Amino acid sequence: MYVYDEFDRTFLAERVAEFRDQVTRRLDGALNEDEFKPLRLMNGVYLQLHAYMLRVAIPYGTLSAHQLRRMAHVARVYDRGYGHFTTRQNIQFNWIKLDNLPDAMAELAEVGVHGIQTSGNCIRNVTTDQWAGAVPGEFDDPRIWAEILRQYSTLHPEFTYLPRKFKIAITAAGHDRAAIKVHDVGLRLHRNDVGELGFEVLVGGGLGRTPFVGKSIRPFLPARELLSYIEAIMRVYNQYGRRDNIYKARIKILVHEIGAEAFAEAVEAEWEAIRDGALHLSDEMIADIRSRFVYPAYEALEDEPAEFVAAMGDPRFATWFANSVHAHKVPGYSIVTISLKPVGAPPGDATADQMDTIADLADAYAFGEIRVGHEQNLCLPSVARRDLPELWRRLDAAGLATPNVNLVNDIIACPGLDYCALANARAIPVAQEIAKRFADLDKARGIGRLHINISGCINACGHHHVGHIGILGVEKNGQEFYQITLGGRADEQAQLGTLLGPAVSYDQVPGLVEDVVATYMELRATPQELFVDTVARLGVEPFKERVYAAH
Amino acid sequence: MPLIEKGRITEDRFHRVSDDDALPEGAPVLVGVDRFLKEAEALKSRQAPVGVIWPNDRPIAEIEPYLGQLSLIALVFPSFRDGRAYSQARLLRERLGWSGPLRAVGNVLRDQFLLMQRSGFDQIEAIKEDDAKAFDEAVHRYSTFYQPATDERPSLLRQRLGRTARPE
Repeated sequence: MYVYDEFDRTFLAERVAEFRDQVTRRLDGALNEDEFKPLRLMNGVYLQLHAYMLRVAIPYGTLSAHQLRRMAHVARVYDRGYGHFTTRQNIQFNWIKLDNLPDAMAELAEVGVHGIQTSGNCIRNVTTDQWAGAVPGEFDDPRIWAEILRQYSTLHPEFTYLPRKFKIAITAAGHDRAAIKVHDVGLRLHRNDVGELGFEVLVGGGLGRTPFVGKSIRPFLPARELLSYIEAIMRVYNQYGRRDNIYKARIKILVHEIGAEAFAEAVEAEWEAIRDGALHLSDEMIADIRSRFVYPAYEALEDEPAEFVAAMGDPRFATWFANSVHAHKVPGYSIVTISLKPVGAPPGDATADQMDTIADLADAYAFGEIRVGHEQNLCLPSVARRDLPELWRRLDAAGLATPNVNLVNDIIACPGLDYCALANARAIPVAQEIAKRFADLDKARGIGRLHINISGCINACGHHHVGHIGILGVEKNGQEFYQITLGGRADEQAQLGTLLGPAVSYDQVPGLVEDVVATYMELRATPQELFVDTVARLGVEPFKERVYAAH
Repeated sequence: MPLIEKGRITEDRFHRVSDDDALPEGAPVLVGVDRFLKEAEALKSRQAPVGVIWPNDRPIAEIEPYLGQLSLIALVFPSFRDGRAYSQARLLRERLGWSGPLRAVGNVLRDQFLLMQRSGFDQIEAIKEDDAKAFDEAVHRYSTFYQPATDERPSLLRQRLGRTARPE
C-alpha cells in the first residue's frame, strides 16, 4: 500500500473545497452548465441518463480495507446501496445528488480517496497490473512508477485542458494484465542488457470509434527519465493534437496522421530540451516514493499446509482454487481473485454489504489490502495458503466465490443503455443472458479461457475490440443491433477483433455466441488450444459460415 | 474586461488595434499577429510599446526573432477548454527566455487562474468581473503542488526532500 501523508491529505481537502465552491457557483448561476461541465468532469462527476454519477479513482487498483469500507458507506448513505467497478480501476456511484456530492467527496477524501481526473480532457487515473508487487517475475513494482505519474499529472498546470482524455497504463511482468497496447501511452517496465531499469514506450493505442494498437516509439527509456519523456509527449500532443473535431482529437489520430516516426522525432526533440531539467528523477526522489509503499510482513510459510491439503478434498474448494487462485512471489501465499460476475448479475457491481464483507476478509486474511482489475473483478493480493479454505467458505457464504474468473461467464460489460447517456444499446442484460446460457460451470471450464467484452456504444467502454468475442451494440431505426468480432485480445499480443458478419438483433446475440463457442469446440486442435488461438489459426470464416447458416 | 496584472486589477494601458485601424500616436498598442508580422519592420521604429496577440495554433517558436521588439505577448484561450496556450506560455518562459509581460486573453475563467499563473502568465484578462475580484482566492486555493512548473514552486517530491525547485 502507498501511504498518503499530510501533504496529500491537505491537497485533497483543498480540492474538495474548490469543488464545493464550483457547485455553489453552478447552483447560483455564476457558472453555466457549459462552464461547469469540464470542472465537474475533472472531479469525476458525470450527468448520466437518470442522475449524476461519481467516478472514484483507485490509483493503480490498490485499496485498503478502510477505504473500501468508506466506499460501502458512501454507497449506502448517498447512493442506492451499491457501486460499479469499471475497466479502468475506478468505482462508480450512479445515484448521488449534485448537492450531496461535495459531502460524499469530503467523506472519501478523509480516507485518501477521490474522483480527481477520472474524467475530463486531462491525464486520467494511471492504471497497472492488479497483481503488482505480489506476482512472481516482475521487473519492479509498477505501482511506484504509477504513483510518480499520479503525482506528476495531478492538477498539472499545462496539461489539464488537453485536446481529449489521456490514459496511461503500465505493466512490469511478462504477461500484460494492464492492456498497455490499447492506451494512449503504454509503458512496459523491463531491464536492458546491463540490468538498468527502464520503459518501452508505446503511444497511440486506444479503442473507441477508431481503434488502434499502440506503436512503440522507444524501446528503452531509463526509468529516471520517465517524467521528462512523458512531459515531452504531452507537450507535443497538447500543441498538435486536433481540436477541430472531438472524434479526431485523441493522440492516436495525431500519431496515425503524422506517422509514429515523425511523432517520435518531435517527442525526442522536445525531450532533449528538457531531459536534464526539474523533471529528472533523482535516486533519492525515487527512493522516497518507494519507501512510501508498505509491504505485508510475510511469514515463512509452507505452500501445502495441512488445512489447505485437507480442503482440496472438497471438490467445490478445489474448483475455486483452480480457477481463482494464482501463485504468489512469496512461498506459502497466494493471489486470490474475487469474481464480481455471479451468473445473472450486472458485471462489476458490488453491494455495500459485499464491500464491507470483502474489507473484513481483507483485514482477516490479506493484510487489509484489496485490488481492482480491469476485468471488473477484485483481488486479495496476499493470502496465506493455510487461510484459503476459511476465506473461501466466507466468500462463498457472501455469494462471492463464483469460480468463473477468465471463463466465458466472466464478461466485461459497460453500463450501456441502462445507465449511460451515450449508449445506443443495452449491455448488462446481454451479459446476463449470455452468462445464463453458460451457467453450467463444468461446461464453462471445458471451454477454457474465453473473454467476452460488451460495449453499448462505439465509445467502447466495454473494450469490445479486444474481447476474444467482442459485442458492440448499435442502433438502427430505433432498434438495438449488435456487431460481433472475434479474435481480439488485450494482452502482450494485443490485437483488434475481426468482424464476423452483419449485425444481429438483441434476441439473437446469446444464441449466436453459443454457436460461436460450439464451433470453436469442434474446430480447436486440442482441448488446450484457447478460443482466441483457434481464431488466430483459422480466421473468422469457418465461424461465419456456421453461425450465419444457423441464423 | 478587467485586467489582472501581478495580482491586482489594473487599467489596461495597451490599446487593442484591429488590422485596418490606424495606430494611435505615442500609445502602447496590442495588434494581431497578421498585422504584426506584415508590419514588423515598420513597427521597429515606433517609439511607443508594441504587443502582439499570438494565436494558439501558430508554433510559438516562430515568435523568437521578434522578442526584442515586443513589450507584451498575449496568448489566446478561444475557449477555456482549449489549453494550447498553456504549452506556448511555458515554452516562451522556459525555452525562449521571455521575461516580459505575458497575458492570457479570451475565454478566461477563475478556475484557470492558478494554472495560468503556474504556466508563466503574469497578466490575465478575465471575462467576468467577479472572477477578477476572486483572483487572490483562486490562486491561493492550494498550498501544495505535485509537479514543478514555470512558477518554480517546488514539487511535492522535492518539498518532502527539503529541496528547492532547481535541477540537480
